[in-house]
Amino acid sequence: MTAALLLRLDRISRSVAPLTLCIGLLIMAALPLRLPGFGRVAPDVALIAVFYWSVYRPDLFPAAAAFFLGLFNDVLIGGPLGASAFVLLLAHWLVRSQRRFFVGKSFAVVWWAFGMVAVGAGLIAWLVAMALALVPVSITPALFRCVLTVALYPFLTWLFARTQSSVLARR
Amino acid sequence: MRVALPLRALVQRFGLFFLIVAAFSLMLMGKADSLLFDSIRSSVADVVAPILDVMSRPAEAVSGAIDNIRELSRLRDENARLREENAQLRHWETLARNASDQNAALRSLLRLAPEGSLSFVTARVVADSGGIFVRSMLVNAGARHGVMKGQAVLSGEGLVGRIGAVGDRSARVLLITDLNSRIPVVLETSRVRAMVAGDNSARPKLVFLPPNATASVGDRVITSGHGGGLPAGLPVGEVAAVGDDGIRVRPFADLDRLDYLRVVRFEDVTPPVEAARTTERAR
Repeated sequence: MTAALLLRLDRISRSVAPLTLCIGLLIMAALPLRLPGFGRVAPDVALIAVFYWSVYRPDLFPAAAAFFLGLFNDVLIGGPLGASAFVLLLAHWLVRSQRRFFVGKSFAVVWWAFGMVAVGAGLIAWLVAMALALVPVSITPALFRCVLTVALYPFLTWLFARTQSSVLARR
Repeated sequence: MRVALPLRALVQRFGLFFLIVAAFSLMLMGKADSLLFDSIRSSVADVVAPILDVMSRPAEAVSGAIDNIRELSRLRDENARLREENAQLRHWETLARNASDQNAALRSLLRLAPEGSLSFVTARVVADSGGIFVRSMLVNAGARHGVMKGQAVLSGEGLVGRIGAVGDRSARVLLITDLNSRIPVVLETSRVRAMVAGDNSARPKLVFLPPNATASVGDRVITSGHGGGLPAGLPVGEVAAVGDDGIRVRPFADLDRLDYLRVVRFEDVTPPVEAARTTERAR
């Protein structure tokens, strides 16, 4: 009885590990660093997370997780509710539909593919922001953010891979 | 419990579609009815704010230590500069005292209605990543500390923004540089009325100047207090550029490095008739 319960708890905690980790990272990314201008172009941690988990462990990261992560991000940064969720879901959908492409590819290729997704996500986020504000908005911060996000990708991937092998791999 | 595989795939596919539609409609609904969404947002922010508060302490300590080291190396220069500034300020103090006495005397002569009284709530910035298209910050004071929507937020140097949404123990500050920020101001010397409108760039625009009115580089911009809500005379910034790109204002407050902020609790005691007239005029 207790063993069964423990086993179940173990399974639940493993299945929520990616999402919990992402929420923790989002909170850390929102902390005031007091670097001039950084808050404006802070890398899109949520996009990296959605991309990584959708490629490598989609079973632990359903669309609902991307949706929830997006809403949480919107609340945290005070943006229009649903905007991040929308972008992340599109990214999730794209990666899921192209998943076969990623199987067995080298890190550099996946990184390059992430770069494409990041540019697309940045463009859509920019369009959504303009559509909601009904005025032209500068695209420069979105571009900078894109570059920083792609640069941060290897580090977060390393962290996620560590989590994956230490917490999730044991079945 | 197990659902047949094809059915599961179907649910997954349409689940994704449903979620995309949900996210899209949330955006539209948020645009239409921001009141409901503000309250949802604030209650979530209330839950996260204490976590952010604790987690941002080490970051603050580190940046404080770095500042300390930097200041140590400049101690001598800084001291000399401060001595000079102090001498100047003493002179200004005398002038200010005279002006203040004279002001009080003239006010009593004219039987001028007293202005609203000010009190402050000090709050700490716990999250500042506004994302790319929003300029806002989360602070750790909320309704239980007397913070209300629309109140002015100051740093030591000048106006930072206004309270955009309030939770019980957290509030979101909409910076003066945000796309949605509009602050009624006057130019200090010429008393020309205008509006400081953010456009997400570091330097907000000065708009709605009356025809024929001009602004020149270096003019100080202060809040006008028109339309109620904000007290008059809070320093906002100075005119930094006048050109094709419009008139740009450089905020006095360093919006990139904010630790503690003061929320201005302003009791507007303008008589109702006068207030109504002001809003009428504002339209």
